Amino acid sequence: MTPWIAVLVGSLAVFSWKFLGYVLPARFLESKKLSTFAGFLTIGLLSGLVGVQTFVSSQKIEFDARVPALLIAVILLRFKVPFIVIVIVAGATAALLRLAF
Amino acid sequence: MSLGKGPVGSVALSVGFAVGIYGVSFGALSVTAGFDIWQTIALSVLMFSGGSQFAFVAVFASGGLAALPAAITSAWLVGIRNGFYALSLAPTVGPRGFMKILASQLTIDESTAVSTSRTGPKEQRAGFWLTGISVFVFWNSATVIGALLGGVVSDPKVFGLDAAAAAALFALVWPRIQNSIGALIAACSIVLGCLFALVLPSGFPVLAGALIAVLIGFWFEGRKK
Repeated sequence: MTPWIAVLVGSLAVFSWKFLGYVLPARFLESKKLSTFAGFLTIGLLSGLVGVQTFVSSQKIEFDARVPALLIAVILLRFKVPFIVIVIVAGATAALLRLAF
Repeated sequence: MSLGKGPVGSVALSVGFAVGIYGVSFGALSVTAGFDIWQTIALSVLMFSGGSQFAFVAVFASGGLAALPAAITSAWLVGIRNGFYALSLAPTVGPRGFMKILASQLTIDESTAVSTSRTGPKEQRAGFWLTGISVFVFWNSATVIGALLGGVVSDPKVFGLDAAAAAALFALVWPRIQNSIGALIAACSIVLGCLFALVLPSGFPVLAGALIAVLIGFWFEGRKK
């Protein structure tokens, strides 16, 4: 698969949910289980990605500069620091640690 | 900031600007993950859903071409909540014909949040369209800037962009894990994703871990009642 095909298929896949919502009858909204599932799935997928992005390198668990960077991000999140600051500080933390060691 | 107060136009503008800033980090991360500038822009214009886009790029960054099917699947599943937004907006926004396609594309976290916090159908419709258009313009302009900046970086590790990507994803999920079920699902998903990563090819560990974590979430919720 080429990146272009993936970009187009992926976009269409994401669009399909949005469009579906406008053509389906409203009673689907009343299904509590279904909307809970959607909420849970978003949490599961995004945090799973965080885990793999932080602790895994080529099929091995590895604790490196990414771990302290994420810890600092969590502290900043608790203090309600704006998104862009968190992203930059986390990146800078990892970059500086790698420079130092 | 209160989304429900003040002129709807200025709320839409400020939400668009605030979200647009995320677009810079998306553009930079996408290019350093290995997509070119045009693919990065196409993602922001066509996929147009922050969570899905970050997920798509993160899976590709970790597994390359072989992980593209998993990247598509992850983005698709992360986007499922937009379907529920559309369902809840349908009665007020009520798009017909071609407008249905436009409305679908603009149905995201922010346009839904502004629309549902306004009172009266007229304000709610305006909130949806103005915020959707505003975020679309800011998000895509910011993506271009980020992609150009990211193009200067050769190795994502140099500026800690791998850690920045993890922080960005965590910031996206943060508001959703401020209750015990959300936190439990997140913790299970992180642990399971890492364990599956030892044995499964890139991209699939997260899918498998997340599905099991969701089941654990339902079990926990059932027990609480």
